[in-house]
Amino acid sequence: MEIHPNCKWNSSCFRGVMVMEVERISGLKFHKKQDVAIVGAGMTTFKRRLNETGKELSYLAVKQALEEAEMELSDIEMVVMGSAPDAFDGLHMKGEYLLDGSGGSDRPYMRVFVGGGTGVFAPIAGYWHVASGLADVCLVVCEEKMSSSHPHPQSAFKYIWDPILDRPLNPNLIWIFALEMNRYMHVHNIKHEDIALVSVKNKANALDHPCAQLAEKITVEDVLNSEPMALPVRRLDVSPPSDGAAALIMVAPHIARQITDNPVWVTGVGWALDTTMWTNRDLYFPRYVAEAAKMAYKMAHITDPRKEIDVAEPYDPFDYKELHHMEGLGLAKKGEAPILTREGVTARDGDLPCSPSGGLLGVGNPIAATMGVKACELYWQLAYRAGKRQVAKEVTTGVCQAWGDLMQVGTVVVMSNKR
Amino acid sequence: MAVGKKDISAPPYAEGTSLSDEDIKKKKVTYVEDHPNIRYSWTAGQAVSKFLNELKKGKIAATKCNKCRRIMVPPRVFCELCYKPIDEWVYVEDTGTVQTFSISYIDPDAKPLEEPVIVAVISIDGASKNMGIMHVLGEVKPEDVYIGMKVKAVWKPEDEREGSVTDIKYWKPLEG
Repeated sequence: MEIHPNCKWNSSCFRGVMVMEVERISGLKFHKKQDVAIVGAGMTTFKRRLNETGKELSYLAVKQALEEAEMELSDIEMVVMGSAPDAFDGLHMKGEYLLDGSGGSDRPYMRVFVGGGTGVFAPIAGYWHVASGLADVCLVVCEEKMSSSHPHPQSAFKYIWDPILDRPLNPNLIWIFALEMNRYMHVHNIKHEDIALVSVKNKANALDHPCAQLAEKITVEDVLNSEPMALPVRRLDVSPPSDGAAALIMVAPHIARQITDNPVWVTGVGWALDTTMWTNRDLYFPRYVAEAAKMAYKMAHITDPRKEIDVAEPYDPFDYKELHHMEGLGLAKKGEAPILTREGVTARDGDLPCSPSGGLLGVGNPIAATMGVKACELYWQLAYRAGKRQVAKEVTTGVCQAWGDLMQVGTVVVMSNKR
Repeated sequence: MAVGKKDISAPPYAEGTSLSDEDIKKKKVTYVEDHPNIRYSWTAGQAVSKFLNELKKGKIAATKCNKCRRIMVPPRVFCELCYKPIDEWVYVEDTGTVQTFSISYIDPDAKPLEEPVIVAVISIDGASKNMGIMHVLGEVKPEDVYIGMKVKAVWKPEDEREGSVTDIKYWKPLEG
């Protein structure tokens, strides 16, 4: 298909497949009041079970973020809290319960929740607060305590299934991943060996993360020989449930200038949900991520993500998911992500480092608090503050993404250290 | 607010206090235990009630939208793409194609199962492309299942059906 050489992403382009895509996003209008910068972030260690309550974990993460930005809580104007299902905690009104720990009392405060996508959706909500001009300083906090539901949080997860059509079949949450993974492998003829490489890479990357729960050197054979859960998914294909919290601080340009010479700018945000009728979709491609990425890239003026993105934090609760999401984010062609991984392109010293933090597979998966290894990590990478985890190449622009609900939601944030 | 930023070389993090299962079992930490018992009755709604009642008769009902011309399973009373009421109810076949499958060794609580369950998304013959439901497969060895396999519903005897998706016991390979 030929693309019109003068196509400026508007309706003047009538030839080729691009037309449909252009039309679909042409309705998106945004009038930003001011730019948004990130000036501080913090997180707690991710562990299977922590003694601290959700409030205490939130406090610890916020304190670190405030310290990095050299700010006081009194400088914070508004607070966004992200936390996943109340069923984990056995406590409704979880947003209100976590209020004091997240520094939200006596100021505008809200909780957002889109399942696993919350870790990147909460920073998107923080972006609205500042970009709209309603706040000049917005604190974003994400907390998750999965261990309260015991012996295993899977017992709480089963309540995400449709009570009438799905639950009589005694499903486990892993099923949806297994079904999606198998479809993805089938359509692109991908071997499990190639997918396992993601688990090997991320768990090794996590060795440099002080918060990591499951950092280890493993081999592809270890993954392929690990305990079967719902084949093709095996134990080492999956990230662990965790407790933890993360925080970051988003500010307007005139505040950022006072705090640091090198803020990281949020240049694009996007989010989208696909139908709940997930058995009616072809699961091989995450359209929800592609739609969200399209919105974020348009806002960030990115037309060729593979060339313009220097570092990525795609959501990796399962090893195939990182590959799946790379393709949704346009960082690889459909079916190409396993090849890039095998060739070392996505390694920390590669041309397109993916999950240099160690991701959810290595650092841990406290649902919403994975903001710490996605949005916060991207900020640290672009601010050159990632320490031992800093990627080898020079970085300007990066993308982070999360995913959740019934294989439904894609949330995408693009950041850049150039305004 | 401080002006100028001190140079923190590595990203800040806070140590939490890690606990093991033993700490809980041996009551080495202070905690409170509760087992909430909440009961629910979920009504099946307009579309799915009809779907379940037709399952009781051994038939799979679907809805059709004349605008996008999709035949939808599971049925709904409105087309979510055209955002209009559906136009008619139709029956679809009780045969289909395996779109994807998994061999599950765990139950809903992640406890290991002795015999694995084979779960699949089955696109139903007679409905639009990719219109599938999630269900389980039977009368087949795990190693013999493949994507693209034709399958047929195995119904419970009529007097045992209760208007549930489990009125179809499982789907078996359609031979020949």
